[in-house]
Amino acid sequence: MSLKDKLVSSYLAFEDYIDADSHIHEIRNKAIKTFENSGFPTKKEEAWKYTSLNSIIKEDYCIFPKKENTVEFKEVKKYFLHEIDTYKIVFIDGVYNSFLSETTHDKVDVCLMSSALSKPKYKAVVENYFNKIAKDDSLTSLNTAFAKEGAYIFIPKHREVEKPIEIINFATGNEAALLLQPRNLIVVEENAHVQIIERHQSLTGNAVFTNSVTEIFAEKNSSVDFYKVQNDNNGASLIDNTFISQKDGSNVSVHTFSFGGKLIRNNLNFYQKGEHVNSTLKGITIIEDKQHVDHNTLVNHIEPNCESHQDYKGIFAGNSTGVFNGRIIVEKEAQKTDAFQQNNNILIDDKATINSKPQLEIFADDVKCSHGCTIGQLDEEAMFYLQTRGIRKKEAQALLMYAFASNVLESVKIPELKARITKLIAKKIGVNLGFNL
Amino acid sequence: MLQIKNLHAGVEETDILKGINLEVKAGEVHAIMGPNGSGKSTLASVIAGKEEFDVTQGNIYFESEDIAELAPEERAHKGIFLSFQYPVEIPGVSVTNFIKTAINENRKAKGLEDMPANEMLKMIREKAEMFEMDRKFLSRSLNEGFSGGEKKRNEIFQLAMLDPKLAILDETDSGLDIDALRVVANGVNKLKSNKNAIVVITHYQRLLDHIVPDFVHVLMDGKIVKTGTKELAYELEERGYDWIKEEAKAV
Repeated sequence: MSLKDKLVSSYLAFEDYIDADSHIHEIRNKAIKTFENSGFPTKKEEAWKYTSLNSIIKEDYCIFPKKENTVEFKEVKKYFLHEIDTYKIVFIDGVYNSFLSETTHDKVDVCLMSSALSKPKYKAVVENYFNKIAKDDSLTSLNTAFAKEGAYIFIPKHREVEKPIEIINFATGNEAALLLQPRNLIVVEENAHVQIIERHQSLTGNAVFTNSVTEIFAEKNSSVDFYKVQNDNNGASLIDNTFISQKDGSNVSVHTFSFGGKLIRNNLNFYQKGEHVNSTLKGITIIEDKQHVDHNTLVNHIEPNCESHQDYKGIFAGNSTGVFNGRIIVEKEAQKTDAFQQNNNILIDDKATINSKPQLEIFADDVKCSHGCTIGQLDEEAMFYLQTRGIRKKEAQALLMYAFASNVLESVKIPELKARITKLIAKKIGVNLGFNL
Repeated sequence: MLQIKNLHAGVEETDILKGINLEVKAGEVHAIMGPNGSGKSTLASVIAGKEEFDVTQGNIYFESEDIAELAPEERAHKGIFLSFQYPVEIPGVSVTNFIKTAINENRKAKGLEDMPANEMLKMIREKAEMFEMDRKFLSRSLNEGFSGGEKKRNEIFQLAMLDPKLAILDETDSGLDIDALRVVANGVNKLKSNKNAIVVITHYQRLLDHIVPDFVHVLMDGKIVKTGTKELAYELEERGYDWIKEEAKAV
């Protein structure tokens, strides 16, 4: 049985086993039909031209793990930003783990999607926001149909969450192949502020396929900093579908650090639904072997006087492949838009590939849009400069790669996270940068 | 210390250096002067080991060892330092972190442990003071947004930190105002000893007022056409290069 058929037939069993109100249930029913009609995307679709899911969907995934799995904190401590105090929402094989988590209901809600979907006190928020910005493409629909668990974060007006929130999805590898579909809803009300770190981490080399959907609503003058750390094992694949709605004066940044995994596809969608909105999309990709990372971004400028900044850096070694497809739409009403997009890539080995495609659709006449894309090798003059200082070729390469990627790190606002990422980069490049971190 | 014999080098089929002979002994200061495009910077790059240039004939010996096959970093480990005319910008890597990496890479090559952090810090402070560099400067990204003068000062700061046997200063005076020139030259003079040597590549005689050469060589069309003492530099300043061209032709 194909994965698609298996999913569609499992839906009937899933329906019986969850208790949800009719509103959500209607959305789910509609979503499974959409998925059933369209199936998994293929390379025939323009948006999937360079990314094939064939090798991912051929596995026989366990869709509902039978038992609750646990992990020891000391085994997974390194995946947490344990240097500082954080809220934590932790899932193990898709099931909430209260032992590793630290949630709160003190003035803000940092808790579970399953509670939000079932408890009456969240009903109004869920009705207002759930599935309101997510698209109805096949993968998002698949997630919506099975949406049950994930992070639910609600920050009311004028609240600043004093510590970052970590959302971590562990896969134990107790199943030979596991499908996970976390569903996150994040609502940040007027003038509120939150920092979120998200991570998917498989603890073995077993196959894991995560199809995640996150909806973020940034209301008037709110600010959201979202960091995605993608440094998973070679058996793990991730399709990250993130949808962001921004109102007047809001500020949202998403940093995506893609250092590992079998296949990663980031569908990152920004909708600017107010004036004076600022959207920042940044990414560093450093991959090797046969790894594949695809950044598919959309910034939809709907209202006037807004800005967007995109800066993606990629370093590709071995047989790895990268894709950057950056789409910017400036609608007719969106005058005085300032949209910037930059994608720079370095190919270390002959067999590494990058497909980079900026896509600008501008319907307004008074806008500033710039985009640039480069694909190259490391600068020879710079290499020579470092070598004349006695720095060996490999270290010199590493230093230049770090220099190449470093400006993306400048906007990381959590110093401990920045230090972590710097270390990850050093490790990824395979050298000791000799820095004081 | 450095012996260059009948050196021919260039890119692809074109020779830029056409038979250079030069000997630099410990304790000496040599100046290489010459018009634009005569091959001065190429000579500096070839000594430092830039792979872009092919050595087609001749040899370069450093402390009696033929270094033609050595990588730039191996030459650096042996004690050759090149101060760049156009230092490269390295964003995200501070002056301090860069020099630490360089020092420890050199130590590693010699089989030594990393320099203890406090010792390193002390040395960085000392040398920075010597070139009147403030602390803020040390935490800035290497050469990024530096003025011409700051870049050159930073080159000489690295020279002081790495303490090479042979220092080649490629157009170190360009982009420096008089005060900065004095600071840099004083620093270089303090580093001078009877164990090391300096090769100064310059267009102008003014740097040579401060770093006084024992020998002045005139490079033209890939060859050293005249060698003299510091008085030759004054003469070049006054009369230009044309008379040397005539003289060379006559020979």
